[in-house]
Amino acid sequence: MTTLVSPTPAGRIPRIRLPIRLPRYVVVFLLPATAVYTVFMIYPLLSSIGLSLMSGPTQQEQFVGLQNYSTLLTNPAYSDRFWGALRQTFLFSAIHLSVQLPVGLLIAEILSRPGLRARGFFRTAIFLPTTISIVIVAFIWQLILSPLWGLTDAAPLGNGGWALVTLSLISVWQYVGLSMLMFYAVLISVPRDLLDAALVDGAGAWATFRHVKLPLVLPMLGVAAIITYIANLNSFEIVFTTKGPLAGPNYSTDIMGTFFYRTFFGYQWQLGSPTMGATVASMMLLVISIGVGLYIGVYRRRVETHEL
Amino acid sequence: MSKVNRARGTGVHSLSALARWAKRVRLGGPARAGGSLATYGFLGAYTFLAVAPVLLIILNSFKTRVAIFDTPFALPSADTFSLIGYQTVLARSNFPLYFENSIVVTVASLALILTLGSMAAYALAEFRLPGGQFMFVYLIIGIMIPIRLGTVSLLRLMTALGLTNSLWALIFVYTAMGLPVAIFILRQMMEQVPRELKDAARIDGASEYRVFLIVVPLVRPAVATVAVFSMLPIWNDLWFPLILTPGESTKTVTLGAQQFLGAFFSDWNAVLASLTLAIVPIVLLYLVFSRLLVGGLTTGTGK
Repeated sequence: MTTLVSPTPAGRIPRIRLPIRLPRYVVVFLLPATAVYTVFMIYPLLSSIGLSLMSGPTQQEQFVGLQNYSTLLTNPAYSDRFWGALRQTFLFSAIHLSVQLPVGLLIAEILSRPGLRARGFFRTAIFLPTTISIVIVAFIWQLILSPLWGLTDAAPLGNGGWALVTLSLISVWQYVGLSMLMFYAVLISVPRDLLDAALVDGAGAWATFRHVKLPLVLPMLGVAAIITYIANLNSFEIVFTTKGPLAGPNYSTDIMGTFFYRTFFGYQWQLGSPTMGATVASMMLLVISIGVGLYIGVYRRRVETHEL
Repeated sequence: MSKVNRARGTGVHSLSALARWAKRVRLGGPARAGGSLATYGFLGAYTFLAVAPVLLIILNSFKTRVAIFDTPFALPSADTFSLIGYQTVLARSNFPLYFENSIVVTVASLALILTLGSMAAYALAEFRLPGGQFMFVYLIIGIMIPIRLGTVSLLRLMTALGLTNSLWALIFVYTAMGLPVAIFILRQMMEQVPRELKDAARIDGASEYRVFLIVVPLVRPAVATVAVFSMLPIWNDLWFPLILTPGESTKTVTLGAQQFLGAFFSDWNAVLASLTLAIVPIVLLYLVFSRLLVGGLTTGTGK
């Protein structure tokens, strides 16, 4: 087993004691990243899942199995808010997937057409909102939609029926640039010959898109969709900034991120609970995993990847 | 158009005219739709939608209160120009300190992400290790799992380590958060560095550490892309500063702006000024690095 590592400076490999013997430099290269990542990411995630199975006073929790989950799903003190937040998170995400991705794709398609002038200017300008913090974006739109400024008559952010849709569209406004850039990176690399061949065959812009470009974009569409879904499930800032932790009016803008925050830290009359907070986080992890599972198990299997 | 070109091309004219004609025809292919008025109209309209709200905020931050409400779309003039908002922000909050904190956290996290990430990526790209594939999957699984979901235990961990209200808490969390993407991209790029080059260095007696230092500059574009992409979520994050470092002395710009805005929401001058202060640095950075961003995304696609 002396050739575990391909470039072996013959004869003089410094060894350290490990179950599998590795040259010291491999450990030096891998250990720092692995250590930071394990301590500050993997350990907290696993420990959080462990905490979701416990209950009791802080630091003296006892194992209670799935009791917290049944509280979360059936005890009205939690379950009303949980199901509401989950439903609203799905609506929030559905708006992103159905608006942000198609609009991003449309802009990318147009931007990547050969012969377009000022391409760099348009690309830079359209990506610009993505660089700004969602906190700042939320305030910008709060000012613009404020009846005080008189740019709009109504106040969609104060309306229980429209507040969440409005917040979703504000978030879409911010992230269209990111989707656009992802699709653009694929479309710009579609070989010229393919486009010319489509032209010779008499295909118009739509037919070229439908039969040449779209099949090439599908793998990236999947990546963009799953990234958007994960980001949405995890969203917090836009609601917290505009509506505070109570996600009003009357919880109509409550999403999983704000529900997690309130459950963990408490707010007003509700006491915070680390174990229930960990339970909410674990449920979010489960919902995200289902999405990731569908993406890897179903989407990636059905969509063919083409080497360009 | 092409008729004119063809007529020109059939004349006595030189190869260069022919080349120009060929180029025109090529561009006139699928490009004809790409260059139409409707296309530019659409792109122009969307660009306006993307940029106008930001410009509106910046412009109005330099106006008097009356002008903000009476003529929101006008440029600041000699009559309406005012810096009152900025004076309020500077007098009532510690914005310079928030900037300093954000810069320290972002720069330190980026330095760690890029250093540790490229070291790990090098090991994974270069050596056939037992369990190497497992290590790789382990290290990139964080791309799919948001680190926020471990917040409850992270806060306990930071309390145990005595790091709450210390910028180190943010630096460690952001480093862990940024490593998966960095390792994923850098490993891919390092695999493409020609083997001969590295072996030549080894034959010359270079240690593996030395070879690593030779490889890193060769994947500079990928390093730059990772840097730009990692920077935005760190600078813009609200969640972890809110939970791990809410103290006045450790606030970042995003948290400081959020709390200032909440407290001063009726003072439009101050709100607009603080928004502008939060927007301008990141937008300037973006404008400087935007080439790298797109360049990195399209690396290896030949354009």
